[in-house]
Amino acid sequence: MKHLIFKDIDEPGLNTIDVYRRRGGYGDRLRQALSMPREALVHELEASGLRGRGGAGFSMGKKASFLPKGAMDKYLVCNADESEPGTFKDREIMQKCPHMLIEGMIIAAYAAGANRSFIYIRGEYVEQADILDAALVEAYDAGLLGDNILGTDHSLSLVVHRGAGAYICGEETGLLDSLEGKRGNPRLKPPFPANQGLYQGPTLINNVETLATIPHIVEMGAEEYAKLGAEGSTGTKLVSVSGNVQRPGNYEIELGTSSRDIIYGLAGGPPEGREIKLWFPGGSSSPVLTKDDLDLPYDFNTMAKAGSMLGSGAIIVVDDSNSVVDVCLWLAEFYRHESCGKCTPCREGTNWTVKMLERIQTGLATPMDLDIMASVCENIIGNCLCVLGDAMAMPVGSMIQKFRPEFEEHIEAARARNAFTGDEDAPELALIQGAVA
Amino acid sequence: MTVPRFGHGSRVPGWDDAVDLTKDPATLPDPATTPVPADLRAEIERHMAKYPDRRSAAIPALAAAQRVHGWCSPEAVEQVACVMRLTPAYLLAVASFYDMLDTRPVGHRRVYVCTNISCSLCGGRELLGRLQAELADDPDVQVRGFECLGACDIAPMASIDGVYVGPIEDGEVAELARQVRDGEEPLPDKQLLRRPSADPHANTREWTPQSFAPPAKLERATPSNDPVPPEPSSFGAPMEGDAAGPSAPIEQAPNPEDDA
Ligand SMILES: Cc1cc2nc3c(=O)[nH]c(=O)nc-3n(C[C@H](O)[C@H](O)[C@H](O)COP(=O)(O)O)c2cc1C
Ligand code: SF4
Ligand code: FES
Repeated sequence: MKHLIFKDIDEPGLNTIDVYRRRGGYGDRLRQALSMPREALVHELEASGLRGRGGAGFSMGKKASFLPKGAMDKYLVCNADESEPGTFKDREIMQKCPHMLIEGMIIAAYAAGANRSFIYIRGEYVEQADILDAALVEAYDAGLLGDNILGTDHSLSLVVHRGAGAYICGEETGLLDSLEGKRGNPRLKPPFPANQGLYQGPTLINNVETLATIPHIVEMGAEEYAKLGAEGSTGTKLVSVSGNVQRPGNYEIELGTSSRDIIYGLAGGPPEGREIKLWFPGGSSSPVLTKDDLDLPYDFNTMAKAGSMLGSGAIIVVDDSNSVVDVCLWLAEFYRHESCGKCTPCREGTNWTVKMLERIQTGLATPMDLDIMASVCENIIGNCLCVLGDAMAMPVGSMIQKFRPEFEEHIEAARARNAFTGDEDAPELALIQGAVA
Repeated sequence: MTVPRFGHGSRVPGWDDAVDLTKDPATLPDPATTPVPADLRAEIERHMAKYPDRRSAAIPALAAAQRVHGWCSPEAVEQVACVMRLTPAYLLAVASFYDMLDTRPVGHRRVYVCTNISCSLCGGRELLGRLQAELADDPDVQVRGFECLGACDIAPMASIDGVYVGPIEDGEVAELARQVRDGEEPLPDKQLLRRPSADPHANTREWTPQSFAPPAKLERATPSNDPVPPEPSSFGAPMEGDAAGPSAPIEQAPNPEDDA
């Protein structure tokens, strides 16, 4: 299997510039990229077919080409917020090979004509941010950041900005507001960040993995890179596999590898004697798939065709020892907590979904609640400023659709167990009134 | 085990508090009557210098103040407001948005236990309950459930003042609690930084397991039990010396109070 990012990932000291250089970093490929005309570089990135690794899967080169030409201040922002449940790939890149990200940013900034750049890293990643800070000092000292990089007329400043714990700051416009020192509420789009982003200037935002791939594309050439992977999903991808698997971790695969090979072959599958009940192919925001879908090739288009999405490339495996209602509730609780509250359908819809799931847990629900829940989800989708609401509604909807009998069974069992008698002091009643701490 | 919620059912604090309408809104603090520790002032100024707009430094500045005061107390917010020339209300609005900034008095040693899907599948919620029970009597320590911390490969896991450890087995909880209490390195063998990649095809060469010790350059502030912060915090060590990167000229954001 072809490895680009993870080629020497565990080499001792790879986080320092010396070792990174020894492995080909900041060498000819950087010089070559900076000597190309901007348009040619953007074209190269577009031709590589590289799609964003942060969630939306938009063509990286195309996004770079949307930035207006001209002499205004332009910005490059690296999205290192990585808060999508199940995702932990950017963490491994930043912690073990921070210079790969910095090199990618130098090239991307050159392509976009940006002179200032920021890495917005989630505040919880203290160790990774410290490593990045140290790498930044090395890069500045080596003249790879700052004015006239490698003697060219490309200049770039880079600042590591630590967030403070909010999933919504991974959404690109929420991130920009947060980076401007505000509450991280997403903005109305358009205008898109490419036209009006950070400090109102044109801004290119990309995920850590997207940016870290760029040096490899320059080195291999777009044509070679595009040969890796599958139709419409070129290249390699880091997949974070977690949940009920024997060997959780990050794996670099070529897009288009069979999902079974990833979950069973690489990650070892669920513990002995258990079977996969459902899996999230792209973080908790992606509609769930079942064991019938395990033979699908893992790439952007196939996952979309299967009714889900590749998202951030985070596979969460849930085995048959778990109840789908529990998983659904954990998921909904997360989105309720992280909804920024700006749009009513998302703020209220996530809250009511949690409440209905709690009713199911406590035996107060009837099968009708499932229909109400499905309609709440329907009313969130497409009616909000950003897709956080959809990100709850779609997986919850898919779980109800695919596991409806289990939900109904659970409702009946809980009702029988609790035999709710209309007692005013029943603990279940207190729970739905939100009075239980 | 359920994750604690506030009375109104949410994990977000403060939505219950009524605004005191009889009070005048706080204005920009007067530097003459607002003493700010010199270190804190210097750190906030260094942060402000990194950005084209000084307001971008709001989160790093509040984090620095939290490191000094233990939480974003009214006094802490006032000091940040004084240095940044922003109103306390603006800063409080920012602070209350983010999970890592505490707008209530809490223990200044922070233990976050992940309770999101992958960790819950591996016993994260039970771990939270047990750690909370073990450390309930220590007012300096705050143990709380947190959303996915981005380390689902070591589920169930916890972040001890920013140091990730996991997978935490049942038999290790008591030991971990003791280490947190005594300010020792938490479970050294289970720290994330020492973990090699899971991908069997990842490396073209063999590296010894010893190679995964944390990089030598990284010096962590050691936690202490001194009741008086400054403290190592979940935000890491304070920013010292010159910031990496050029000091950008501070172009002021439009702010009517500035010209007054
Ligand atoms: C609620 C929400 C959370 C997101 N979180 C992240 C994140 O943590 N990291 C990330 O790279 N992208 C995240 N995204 C996607 C970004 O909005 C954006 O698409 C991405 O950073 C673009 O980079 P890419 O083109 O390289 O993928 C999130 C999107 C939404 C709607
Ligand atoms: S959809 Fe939700 S998270 Fe997104 S802006 Fe609206 S309220 Fe905020
Ligand atoms: S689910 Fe616990 S770290 Fe991601």
